[in-house]
Amino acid sequence: MASLRRVLAVVLRQYYLLRGSLSRTVPLFAWVAVDMILWGFLTRYLNTVTASSALNFVPVLLGAVLLWDFFIRIMQGVTMAFFEDVWSRNFLNIFATPLLIPEYVGGLVVSSMITSIAGVIAMLLIAVLWFKLSILAYGIMMVPFLLSLFLFGIALGIFGCALVLRFGPASEWFIWPIPALISPFAGVLYPVSTLPHWMQGIARILPPSYIFEGLRTIVSGGAVQWSLLIWSICLAAGYILLAYGCFVRVYKHALRTGLIARYSAENLS
Amino acid sequence: MPAHNTLSVQNLAKSYGNLRAVAGISFDVRRNEIVGLLGPNGAGKTTAINMILGILEPDEGAIRIEGLDLNSRRSQAIAQTNFAAVYAPLPGNLTVFQNLRIFGMLYGVTDLSARIEDLLTQFDLKTFRDKKCGVLSSGEQTRVGLAKAMLNRPQLLLLDEPTTSLDPATARDIRVKIRELATRETGGVLWTSHNMYEVEEVCDRVLFLSHGRILLEGDPKTLPAEHGKKTLEELFITVAREPLTLEGR
Repeated sequence: MASLRRVLAVVLRQYYLLRGSLSRTVPLFAWVAVDMILWGFLTRYLNTVTASSALNFVPVLLGAVLLWDFFIRIMQGVTMAFFEDVWSRNFLNIFATPLLIPEYVGGLVVSSMITSIAGVIAMLLIAVLWFKLSILAYGIMMVPFLLSLFLFGIALGIFGCALVLRFGPASEWFIWPIPALISPFAGVLYPVSTLPHWMQGIARILPPSYIFEGLRTIVSGGAVQWSLLIWSICLAAGYILLAYGCFVRVYKHALRTGLIARYSAENLS
Repeated sequence: MPAHNTLSVQNLAKSYGNLRAVAGISFDVRRNEIVGLLGPNGAGKTTAINMILGILEPDEGAIRIEGLDLNSRRSQAIAQTNFAAVYAPLPGNLTVFQNLRIFGMLYGVTDLSARIEDLLTQFDLKTFRDKKCGVLSSGEQTRVGLAKAMLNRPQLLLLDEPTTSLDPATARDIRVKIRELATRETGGVLWTSHNMYEVEEVCDRVLFLSHGRILLEGDPKTLPAEHGKKTLEELFITVAREPLTLEGR
């Protein structure tokens, strides 16, 4: 019970910050909405210039961008909640409380889930109502698709937090481009077979690559291999364990070196 | 550990590379006792406090808070403490009430709403209840930090120069409040300050740190005379400039 209360405290902090700040709430909707509109019109245009083709670009491209944005929202939801402590120089206060690391990370994850739901609702409204994306086209597969991307987003988010804790506030600029660095290998917009062999090798260790391959298979009328989706989910869960292990290791290093105290106290005697 | 100690520190040591910041210090803080941790900049005071707060891992030694080993029972031990430090203000982007609510939940305070209202009254913060901490004056922020430090009625209160940014009248009120806490409730206080007048007024016992070691220990009212000095400030200056003259006494 005490543990749950401390997790809720981390979530409540994020709620208070969002409630009182337009500059925090608008980005939850704005960028994903812009993405949906941009890719929505692009897919419409591609459907008109390739009218003779049986391929419908809306579920292939717009659906893929929606899922990719969902993954990015989840990852950034974790890192943003963590950055609030970095920006407000709050490490000394928060880590000197009875809060345990699993509770802190749990609070970041729950905060991310809540903020990501807002973005997903905005994306679905635009994609479904405006561009006629049929979520039903993916059927029950949507569940493993979202689960795998959710888990991988959490893993990368925790890893990002570990990097910033280890290398200091300025290293947050390493975190923002991570999804962009992964996207060429993940085959978001094209089949993985398009990539050269060495890039395909990297794609095989990235859970999203299986999801986007599966999405294209469904749209083209094929059958998705459940074993590959389960592998993708297991891979993402494995990355969470690795990322969490990395965070704990960095935290312990910060305890040994005094990094946590120095994060907020530069005038120590 | 004797039952009456709220804090017990045994052979605590910490080095940063070749620099020995804290060199095997041992001391206790008893119930209803205010202990002053004094020393010049770099003496190791904040390093010692950070280790007691659990945010810095000692190289050697043990810390027990209310009999709980900090290393093996961190969360339970830390729940018995709280702290206020001038270099650790509460997040400026949250209101006074929001900060107190969040930290109250983290410290597991029961009947939190009533406790917050009580502290807002005690520290004269009612009018700032819904103001963001970042827009408060440094003195007001210090009072918010002290209210946060009292939230869980800590058995061990750690105060690192708590009155530095307060005007003399407010500083005096705060000293009285902390004195009351130490006498009325069961807690002990570890206090660092560079204001020797304040230390003499508030502390029951002082520990002088120099180069990571406890050089002197005693009653702040009698200690200067025991070492041939007129005032605590004079003794402090000697510790800072000529520690070797006091060693072995």
